[in-house]
Amino acid sequence: MSDTHEKIVFQKPESVIDRPTHYCPGCHHGVAHRLIGELLDEMNLAEKTLMTTSIGCSVFLYNYLNVDAVEAPHGRAPAVATGVKRSRPDHFVFTYQGDGDLASIGMAEIMHAANRGEKICVVFVNNTVYGMTGGQMAPTTLIGQTTTTTPAGRCQTHEGAPIRMTEIIASLGGVAFAARGSLDCVKNIRQAKKYLKKAFEFQLNNTGFGFVELLSACPTNWKMTPLQANERIQKEMIPYYPLGVYKDVSEEGGVC
Amino acid sequence: MTKKAERIFVKGNEAIARGALAAKCRCFFGYPITPQNDIPEFMSSEMIKAGGDFVQAESEVAAANMLLGAGATGVRAMTSSSSPGLSLKQEAISYMAGSEVPAVVVNMNRGGPGLGDIGPAQGDYYQSTRGGGHGDYRHFTFGPGTVQEAYDLTIRAFDIAFEHRTPVLILGDAILGQMKEPITPWEPEDVDENGGRDWAITGRDGGRDKRLIKSLFLAEGELAEQNKHLQAKYDAWTDLAECEQFETEDADLIICAYGSIGRIAKTAVRKFRKDGKKVGLFRPITLYPFPSAELKALAEQGKRFLTIEHNLGQMLDDVRLAIRTVTDSDFYPIYPGNLPTPDELEEPILKCLEGK
Repeated sequence: MSDTHEKIVFQKPESVIDRPTHYCPGCHHGVAHRLIGELLDEMNLAEKTLMTTSIGCSVFLYNYLNVDAVEAPHGRAPAVATGVKRSRPDHFVFTYQGDGDLASIGMAEIMHAANRGEKICVVFVNNTVYGMTGGQMAPTTLIGQTTTTTPAGRCQTHEGAPIRMTEIIASLGGVAFAARGSLDCVKNIRQAKKYLKKAFEFQLNNTGFGFVELLSACPTNWKMTPLQANERIQKEMIPYYPLGVYKDVSEEGGVC
Repeated sequence: MTKKAERIFVKGNEAIARGALAAKCRCFFGYPITPQNDIPEFMSSEMIKAGGDFVQAESEVAAANMLLGAGATGVRAMTSSSSPGLSLKQEAISYMAGSEVPAVVVNMNRGGPGLGDIGPAQGDYYQSTRGGGHGDYRHFTFGPGTVQEAYDLTIRAFDIAFEHRTPVLILGDAILGQMKEPITPWEPEDVDENGGRDWAITGRDGGRDKRLIKSLFLAEGELAEQNKHLQAKYDAWTDLAECEQFETEDADLIICAYGSIGRIAKTAVRKFRKDGKKVGLFRPITLYPFPSAELKALAEQGKRFLTIEHNLGQMLDDVRLAIRTVTDSDFYPIYPGNLPTPDELEEPILKCLEGK
């Protein structure tokens, strides 16, 4: 056998199951899954993780991450995760929710879980549209964005303004960490991983609620190529949904 | 079981809460609604003292979903509410049935429909026994008639929930919840606190395969198989049906009534017996599974039947289904908003007895 001098520099994380995903080309769910999988490996969390999945394209997250999981009804993942964490406080608990799930039908559950300071992490994937049900308006749909239920574009006087969840969550008392990242480019992906790690650490330190919003692409429902979708995130989404840390109690002190 | 020597004087609501603690319930998720507030109020201190946790949720919807989460981890957990609140909890209950998560749910039935009133009623019988949420499922449902029975059946409810991986409902009402009676508390010796050891999500400790609690079955034929499995489970519950029969042996007329109304009807039956009139009581203790076989056996002895409910005729359907090949049942409705006394039941019973 010849010596090829090949060296493996990039592999699938152990916590990610080796199977093709069902996501559309250019969708960022796979990137988000990978970041979580990497952190579960790096932080040695896989055997103590209890994952709460939600409704929408990401409902099959449990097919891709090799951890125990429970499936929640539409929007209720923060309540289900509350029950999981309260019954098994020594475990690492996180939810993974889309914009329709978290910011529309599940608005009450996310607000109150955050306000109670539940020691859980919430990964919020915001692609400004309902993906699985076929491209309807989400609470985060931008003004002027066309969807199947805003065919003329979202109009603020008719449909209201897009909701900035991270800003709202950061204002609540029980929150230890709230940040918005983006998955459109390598630099932002690396930053997003740092946010996720910080949120995970706050839970492990029993500090409070961790929330990380990830701006993501839905090329299929945006009717764009993957590259166009990435451009849209940079040109349209980030200006309305600025990236950064909105709350970090390690800098401010506080929370229990 | 270990019988404790002392008797205590408690409300039905408190008896349910105490029964849950005795059954090693360690998580309670609630939301205030009359007439069941004594349960979350009691749990808010006692559950913590017992080393468990209590959360006052932001809504009934959230409370029931917290229950789903706790049940999925294999921990004994409970929620309680009253009629409008139970409607909101149905979403999670359907998911618990679909994903086979054990838990105990208490409904202290008040008057409805809608906001109704805060007085006793039995209008939630259909919702309770048929599965009030979406999809094909059934609730295992207990209908306690006394405060002691409320305590006892709460303990049983946890065992059944875990043995059969299902939500179990305790259907009381405002009379039972607010009534005080002496009870003898007891603690079961054989609580299996690891009841979910082979299915619950507890973390992949030791590197075991991951576990998944879910109710989504998209692959062709998969949902049909899950429903067949659930249906077989519900069919097997027939053997667990329970009832109380009081003075039925030589009775000409059997009163069918459950819960608080069963209790009131029993007093009326006693009065008739004193007068030498052959009236008996058939009181289902499990409302689902309904004790159909026992009732049919009475029908085959030539008894006549009068169903009395604090609603406009819901358990009546189950009575009729049980005896349909033999006879029928008369019905006397007690409208919600009214509180019946044993004396008020005498006239309709007498009418039936005399064949009028």
